[in-house]
Amino acid sequence: MSTVAAANGGRRRAAALWRARELSILGALVVLVAVTAAITPDFLSAQGVKDTFLNASILALLAVGQTLVVVTRNIDLSVGSLVGLVAFTSGRFVLGHPDRGVLLVVLLGVAIGAAVGLVNGALVSFFRVPALVVTLGMLYVIQGLDYYYAHGQQINAADVPASLLNLGSGSVLGVPYLPLITVLVMVAVGSYLRAYPSGREFYAIGSNPDAARLAGVPVRKRILTAYVCSGGLAGLAGVLWLARFGTVVADAANGWELRVVAAVVVGGVAIVGGVGTVYGAALGALLLTTIGSALVVLRVNPFWQDAIAGVLLLLAISADRLLSLRVTRALRRRNVRHGG
Amino acid sequence: MSDTPILALAGVSKAFGAVRALRDVSIELYGGAVHALAGENGAGKSTLVKILAGVHRPDAGAVLLDGEPVDFHGPGDAQDAGLAVIYQEPTLFPDLSVAENIFMGRQPRARLGRIDRRAARTRAGELFARLGVELDPDRPARGLSIADQQIVEIAKALSRDARVLVMDEPTAALTGAEVERLFGVARALRGQGKALLFVSHRLEEIFALCQSVTTLRDGALIATEEVAGLTPDDLVRRMVGRELGALFPKQPTTPGDEVLSVARLTREGVFTDVSFGVRSGEIVALAGLVGAGRSEVARAVFGVDRYDAGRVEVAGTRLPVASPTAAMAAGLALVPEDRRQQGLVMDESIARNVALTQLRSLRRGPLISRRLERDRAADWAIRLRLKYTRLSDAVGVLSGGNQQKVVLAKWLATRPSVLIVDEPTRGIDVGTKAEVHRLLSELAAEGLAVLMISSDLPEVLGMADRVLVMHEGRLVAEIPRAEATEESVMAAATGRTEAAA
Repeated sequence: MSTVAAANGGRRRAAALWRARELSILGALVVLVAVTAAITPDFLSAQGVKDTFLNASILALLAVGQTLVVVTRNIDLSVGSLVGLVAFTSGRFVLGHPDRGVLLVVLLGVAIGAAVGLVNGALVSFFRVPALVVTLGMLYVIQGLDYYYAHGQQINAADVPASLLNLGSGSVLGVPYLPLITVLVMVAVGSYLRAYPSGREFYAIGSNPDAARLAGVPVRKRILTAYVCSGGLAGLAGVLWLARFGTVVADAANGWELRVVAAVVVGGVAIVGGVGTVYGAALGALLLTTIGSALVVLRVNPFWQDAIAGVLLLLAISADRLLSLRVTRALRRRNVRHGG
Repeated sequence: MSDTPILALAGVSKAFGAVRALRDVSIELYGGAVHALAGENGAGKSTLVKILAGVHRPDAGAVLLDGEPVDFHGPGDAQDAGLAVIYQEPTLFPDLSVAENIFMGRQPRARLGRIDRRAARTRAGELFARLGVELDPDRPARGLSIADQQIVEIAKALSRDARVLVMDEPTAALTGAEVERLFGVARALRGQGKALLFVSHRLEEIFALCQSVTTLRDGALIATEEVAGLTPDDLVRRMVGRELGALFPKQPTTPGDEVLSVARLTREGVFTDVSFGVRSGEIVALAGLVGAGRSEVARAVFGVDRYDAGRVEVAGTRLPVASPTAAMAAGLALVPEDRRQQGLVMDESIARNVALTQLRSLRRGPLISRRLERDRAADWAIRLRLKYTRLSDAVGVLSGGNQQKVVLAKWLATRPSVLIVDEPTRGIDVGTKAEVHRLLSELAAEGLAVLMISSDLPEVLGMADRVLVMHEGRLVAEIPRAEATEESVMAAATGRTEAAA
């Protein structure tokens, strides 16, 4: 009986550890909001909360895509510049064509993003080029394209059709479209990763690529899928960016690739792959965004925002390391008991 | 036994660059039979297994399934055809649960194609019950011992209901009872009409389990024959193509002073109150079942892991806790169990791997001298009779036995006074094994103190001056060479005797 009880205890402990990460981010978020609201009650005004959620939506959307890639032990640094490219291209696409519908623009954006993701994915999975190099190269290629295409011009909100702008500011039943879209995508991707065999294979690949190959997991196909999804979601994010801000320059979302990676890692997705959820990643995005908003409300120089995000990233990685060491040690002890 | 083999290779050849790994090899696996594949490391056994498994595709020849040629485009194809492979190196996903590891690629489905976790858990439990082991299907695979990882691998193969089961040295990390249990399962599968291919270095296992045996040497087929009527000597002769002397040429030595002394060493939950000493010129074996805590003691002595209580002294000087640097400086060397992960940098050259432990002494001015590095590696290669093409080749291309020699060279080059070797001949072929034994024996004769962890009983009995036996984290027996027998060691290792330590 005692071994059964011990096994159950161990199971509960392991489950608790899995949840611990999401819970601790949520905890940090609550503390942050409470402290900020105590100092400046304005922070919790309807408009303030809405703004934070709107701002977090795009980052969270990118974080969901990035999670797919990072879980397979890869990385996608091209998403930031991709958002800029798609936002600007979509702006050009509707310029003087108010008849072009929202759905068409979204499809175009996702298609551009997915195409870029396909190139990234093909280079990483079929030509075995390290992901860091491929996507960094892609980042610069897109930036270059962007500058060539934009010639220093910008898209103005006045040129964007009202239907598209409504996507950025409108809402259904009081819930703004942006967070709604993000939550829908997050839940879809999250349940796919959790509950579907092919979804679990993403984790298998990140956990042990050789074993995944031997187990008959279509490794290349999954990695390609991860990049296409990441690219496609970046494309969607680009359209939403245009819808939200209306005014877009060529290097919109410049530097966001690293914010996305930070959000994902803070959210508990292991940078070496195999561990983490899209919910954690989205929470990470929400936390980083909330810190930004809080600093504005507290009248702290916004330059501190990056430094704080950085500290949080280091804390998250150190905590992960510590936790995994303790888990390994705990599991090893159980081995000895079993070994007898 | 049916007339058509379930799976067969016909005239298969395979080359990797200039290396011809297999030349015109045929093998037939029949339902209801266990077939052995024997051969030294580098003979082409692993290549053959990988061709069967669909990892490699043959350059010439054909894979026949039920007599019909098939083309496996990847491991997935081979699995779909009813083939399961248990690899020498466990291939698990550390971050996923044990149940997920078993069913990866073939998870039981519930509605809408979702994974049925409850069914996976139940079925994993049933598989473990069938194997007679207690493992929690929900725990992550991270932290499992190699023996348990193998159990998961075997459960994985069983779960596939495979028609053909290929076992690539599955017993290398198992001992006694576990091997017997595996053999029981293998015989049961044979009774159910499955075809089994059993790759092993342990001759006694081939004779215990298999009906027929195919022997490879240097990538060529030497013989396929019935096991009945063969002797171990016959098989060894086919594998190495020459007569072997005594397998364990331990030279008699006169032990000198105690060099390594371990007193009341304890690591919470891992091992308790372990005390022993090793004198110069002496080979002391640390025997016991897998999981008894032997490797853990070695790691703690060398300073890789911490310990909670006790002391370690080398030549009278106490070593600090958890400092491999101090241990090395004091003259300790540790050849780890897991060559690929802990012993070598697989992508680096032979010369660089040998040089890793003594980079300081290879300096000329502030820079490392390549010439010194190469010369030192060349010296050791000759001394250890290393088989290689160029010293600049990656260690990864060497056979297991030769990789082990590189690890030995790397540590012997530090001129240690105490050498700890953990499973020195695990997964090594008969010929190289004898060479490793000769080497250890020579080193002891030169005054080195050797602590040898081994699960290979004949090796322990043949090599050791004294046998220390661990059971469940405690040292339970110390048996002098004269009294060490398979029975006395196994009795202590399984906890059947309460001998005073």
